[in-house]
Amino acid sequence: MIEFQDVHKTFGAKPVLAGLTLKIADAETLVIIGYSGTGKSVALKHIVGLLHPDAGDVIVDGQAVSTLDRDGLTTLRRGIGYVFQFAALFDSMTVADNLALGLRRRGLSDEEIEDRVREALALVDLSGTEAQLPAELSGGMRKRVGIARAIALRPRYILYDEPTTGLDPVTAAVIDRLMVRTREHLGVTGIVVTHDMRSAYTVGDRVAMLYEGRIRQVGTVAEIQETEDPVVRQFIEGRPE
Amino acid sequence: MIEAIGRRAVAAVEAVGRVGHFILDTVRALPDIATWAGPAIVQMRRIGVDSIPVTLFIAAFTGVVLALQASYTFTGTVPLYFVGTLVGKTMMLELGPVLAGLALAGRVGASMAAELGTMKVTEQVDALETLAYDPQSYLVVPRVLAGTVMFPMIIAFAIATGIVTGWLTSLVLLDLSTPDFLKGLKLFYRFKDTWFGLFKSATFGATITLVGCIVGLSTRGGAEGVGKSTTRAVVYSAVLILLLDAFWAVLLL
Repeated sequence: MIEFQDVHKTFGAKPVLAGLTLKIADAETLVIIGYSGTGKSVALKHIVGLLHPDAGDVIVDGQAVSTLDRDGLTTLRRGIGYVFQFAALFDSMTVADNLALGLRRRGLSDEEIEDRVREALALVDLSGTEAQLPAELSGGMRKRVGIARAIALRPRYILYDEPTTGLDPVTAAVIDRLMVRTREHLGVTGIVVTHDMRSAYTVGDRVAMLYEGRIRQVGTVAEIQETEDPVVRQFIEGRPE
Repeated sequence: MIEAIGRRAVAAVEAVGRVGHFILDTVRALPDIATWAGPAIVQMRRIGVDSIPVTLFIAAFTGVVLALQASYTFTGTVPLYFVGTLVGKTMMLELGPVLAGLALAGRVGASMAAELGTMKVTEQVDALETLAYDPQSYLVVPRVLAGTVMFPMIIAFAIATGIVTGWLTSLVLLDLSTPDFLKGLKLFYRFKDTWFGLFKSATFGATITLVGCIVGLSTRGGAEGVGKSTTRAVVYSAVLILLLDAFWAVLLL
C-alpha cells in the first residue's frame, strides 16, 4: 500500500503540495487528475524518492520514503516501475538495451533478461523492435517501450506520468488498453497521473482530484462522474468557467 | 546594494557546498565497481582515443612554432642547440598539458555537459534512478576516472609529437643537426619534467570531467538550459585549468 501523509512541498516561494493525504490500496488503479502544474508529477516523484517532502511523508509498504538511505531507496525502487511523461528512454541504447538495463541491476542471467525483454515487448505489441533506437520510433511507440521497460521489471507498483498526453485519440486508446491489460495480467497496483478524462474513466478504479496542493475529491469513477463539487465538475467537463 | 552582495555571498557559499557534496557522493560511489566498470571502458575510448587527433594536431604545430620562436629569440647570443632545451622543457612542463587541456575542455567538457544536460532535462537521469542505478556510480565515476586516467596518456602523446615536430623543424628550417637538438633536449632534463607534466594532466582531466558532470547534471529547462550548461562547462574548465596550472607551479616547481 502507498500512503501520502500530509505531504507538503514548496519550490522557491510556490507551494505545490500543501497537505496531500491519500491512500492507494493494493491491486487498484488510482488516477490522479488535476490542472497542469498542480503537482501531480511532483506527487509521483515523492513515491520513489526522486523528490523529498518539506513536511509529511510517503509510506510505501510500511516504510517512510524520506527516512530511507541510499540502499533502502534502491531496494524500494526495485519494486516500482515508473513510466515517464516523455518515456525518458536512453537515446544511445537500443530498445532491448533500454529494457535490459533495469533487469541487469537485478542480477538476472542473460537468458532470463532476453526472455523478459521479449515478453514485455510482446505485451505492448512491439515485438521485433529490439534493435531499434528510440529516435527511430514514433511518440506512441516510445511510450509503449516506456511501459514495457516498467513491466519487464515485474514490479508491485507502476506509476504512469501522463501516459496519453500528446498522443492522437487512437494511440491514446491503445495505451489505455495496455494499462488495463497490464493490471489484469500482472495484478500490479497502478497510479496514473493524467488530465485526460477519457483515459481516467477507462483505466481507473478510483479517481482523485488534486487541487491547490491537496485532494479535492476522491471516489470511484461513477462517484466522480456524478460529483456536485463545482471545481471537480468544471474540470471533468472541461468547461472554461 | 549590501543586500545584493549578501545574496551573492550566500549563493556562492551554497554553490561551494553543492560542489563539495557532489564530490563526496562521487567518492562514496567508488566501491560500486560493478556499476561503473563497464561504462568506464566506454568513456576511456570516448575521452581518450577519440581526443587523440585534435590533441596531436595542436601539439604538432606548437612544436613547430616553439622551435622557430626559440631560434628567433636566441639568434647570435645563445647556442642554437638550446632550441632542443626550450622545445622539450616547454612542451613537457607547460604547453603540452595546458594547450591540450584547454582544447579538451572544449571537446570533452562541452560534450559531457551537453550529454548529461540533455539526459537531465529529458528525465533520463530520473529514469536511471528509478531503475535502481545511482547516477553518481553510472554516469559520474566512469567519466571522472576515464578523464583522470586518459588525459596523461593523451598528453604524453602530445608532448612527444610536439618534440618530434620541433626536432623536424630544427632539422629542416634551422640547420640544426639531430645530435645538437638531442644535446639541448637532454641538457637540463630532470625526471620531474616528465612526471610534473603528466601529474598536472591527470588533475586537468579530473577537473574537466568533474565540471562537465556537475554542470551537466544541474541543467534546468530545455534546449536553452543545455546550451547554457555547455558554455558554462567550457568556461569553468578553462578558468580552473589556468588556476590549477599556477597552483601546481607554485607548489611543486
